[in-house]
Amino acid sequence: MLEKALYGSKKYWALVLFLIGLTLVGTVAYIKQYMYGLGATGMSRDISWGVYIAQFTFLVGVAASAVMVVLPYYLHNYKEFGKIVILGEFLAISAVTMCILFIMVDMGKPARVLNILKYPTLHSVMFWDMVVLSGYLGLNLLCGWVVLQAEKKDVPPPKWIKPFIYVSIPWAVSIHTVTAFLYAGLPARHFWLTAIMAPRFLASAFSAGPALLILLALLVRRYTEFDAGKKAISKLATIVLYAGLVNFFFLLMEVFTAFYSSVPSHKETFVYLYMGLEGMGNLVYVMWTSLAVGFIAILMLLFPKNRENYGRLAVACALLFVSLFIDKGVGLVIGGFVPNPLEHVLNYHPTAIEIMVTIGVWGAGFLVLTVLYKVAISIRALTSPGTH
Amino acid sequence: MGINRRDFLKGLGGTVAALGAAGIVEGLVSDRKAEAIHQAAPLTGTIRWGMVVDVAAFRTEEDFRRCEEACHKYHNVPRFNSLKDEIKWIWSDRFENVFPSASHQFVSEKMEEQRYFALCNHCANPPCVRVCPTQATFKDTSNGITMMDWHRCIGCRFCMAACPYGARSFNWRDPRPFIPGELNPDFPTRERGVVEKCTFCAEVIALGEAPGPGEELPEKQMPRCVKASEGRLVFGNLKDPESQIRRTLKATKTIQRKPQLGTQPSVFYIV
Ligand code: SF4
Ligand code: SF4
Repeated sequence: MLEKALYGSKKYWALVLFLIGLTLVGTVAYIKQYMYGLGATGMSRDISWGVYIAQFTFLVGVAASAVMVVLPYYLHNYKEFGKIVILGEFLAISAVTMCILFIMVDMGKPARVLNILKYPTLHSVMFWDMVVLSGYLGLNLLCGWVVLQAEKKDVPPPKWIKPFIYVSIPWAVSIHTVTAFLYAGLPARHFWLTAIMAPRFLASAFSAGPALLILLALLVRRYTEFDAGKKAISKLATIVLYAGLVNFFFLLMEVFTAFYSSVPSHKETFVYLYMGLEGMGNLVYVMWTSLAVGFIAILMLLFPKNRENYGRLAVACALLFVSLFIDKGVGLVIGGFVPNPLEHVLNYHPTAIEIMVTIGVWGAGFLVLTVLYKVAISIRALTSPGTH
Repeated sequence: MGINRRDFLKGLGGTVAALGAAGIVEGLVSDRKAEAIHQAAPLTGTIRWGMVVDVAAFRTEEDFRRCEEACHKYHNVPRFNSLKDEIKWIWSDRFENVFPSASHQFVSEKMEEQRYFALCNHCANPPCVRVCPTQATFKDTSNGITMMDWHRCIGCRFCMAACPYGARSFNWRDPRPFIPGELNPDFPTRERGVVEKCTFCAEVIALGEAPGPGEELPEKQMPRCVKASEGRLVFGNLKDPESQIRRTLKATKTIQRKPQLGTQPSVFYIV
């Protein structure tokens, strides 16, 4: 089926070339980083995880969010999601691909990464994270491919695939839960040492992921014959709204616990992120931007009219995506390191190389996504011409 | 029963604790000590190396520098001019930084001005070991030293996020050109991309026989910082009630860093 990706319009090829270009920029930057060491990044002894791991964490959420279309479709037989389900699964595949790439570029010794398999360490959450992530990638590849293949032949998907689809549902939840445990189980970091870390992760993922999926579905609808359907999109918008609300509710709970208890170690990171601490605080504006655009997005989505209007829906989804991207993909991970275990407050500035590598990984991820979507859409066009 | 329950729990303890279900096991072992679940790898040997820092005995900058230099020279620790690349095994900081959870209000002037050594605590229940996905960081259960295998480390830096004492450093770039003075041929240098930290001079300690009960480690097998400290640092076996370190702990009031985290540091401070 992959050959479908080889024939396309000029626009398709322009997009593909653009994404290849981004990937190449990232590759060149990565080679530079590889030659010099991770010292080419802005990370330090005190803030030892930066943009890469933050992006990884965020994207695990995007991957997990596929469950928001898979679950209603397969478990509740919600037919409206019939078309969007494949977009969700393929988004998950590209998101996991990006996760793996972000882990790789963050490794001090990438050539040794298989040591995780060679010395399986059951008490390391990272081991389990690797297990669930690769399992999830496998499940989505399998389910997406088999279902699509059946569709190409215009037959119902084979029965044996069903158990895999059902397993993929709790599995999606597990990838983000285990990723949250990477953080939540550390005695050293007060900001992360919270029992609602996993719920928080899931809420933000189930909002940001479907928001991205809506944007993609709208783009696809605009540039191709493929329409996921008005009902599906507006249902997804409802999911985005509620998960977004839950996410901000959780954030408020954290703020309450920190500030009403007034325990310094619980407050400090919040103060650093939103007000600045000891003269440091290069994230303050970014964090407030996140809050502001998130608030606007939620407000917009609250009105059903805005959820029906594609233009306004796209704006709201984009805003919410940006908001949650900052909240989790920047503030949550980097903020956790400040102040450090010896109560020193330091800033972290990503370097140009780091940003270029990050863009490269996103480029590669979207390249995978474009190719997969192309395949899916071409096959849909074959089997159901004129569904518009 | 085929398997001894305690052994079984030992193996399981770390895993289960990592999954956050320690409470269930606690129920199971309530008749035994909760220690089995508290320690990822219980210290089974007859030795647990520990250190007492006699804080007040460190008066001048020179007292600190001598120890730091002895350690860093012996272990070929590089010196960078930037905070970002910094690598350190033992260093000193202020009271509120080394003991952020101790009392800070109205502390004596002496305490405020005094500096305090910070180094790896060789915790009995080390989070760094718990999180390491490759066992590159591991516990030598025969002597309580938290060890590092630089050839196995993949540089994921999970251990740095997990150590509550900021004890670990990462080789952000090739350290070799930055090793000051002459290389010590008895100790390996590191490459970029791996984590490192104080090892309690495991290789120096191992130069001779391990001391028996009631015996002390001979001077030449003492960790380098201890040797250079001229008695300001006491090193010995915490499991031997007759050792000098245990006698010191018994006779004086000491504190540990962040004891509330349950890591059970092997480094104690007389303040
Ligand atoms: S002080 Fe840090 S590095 Fe040392 S054993 Fe404890 S947790 Fe590990
Ligand atoms: S950086 Fe090395 S020692 Fe630390 S957790 Fe990763 S593999 Fe283990």
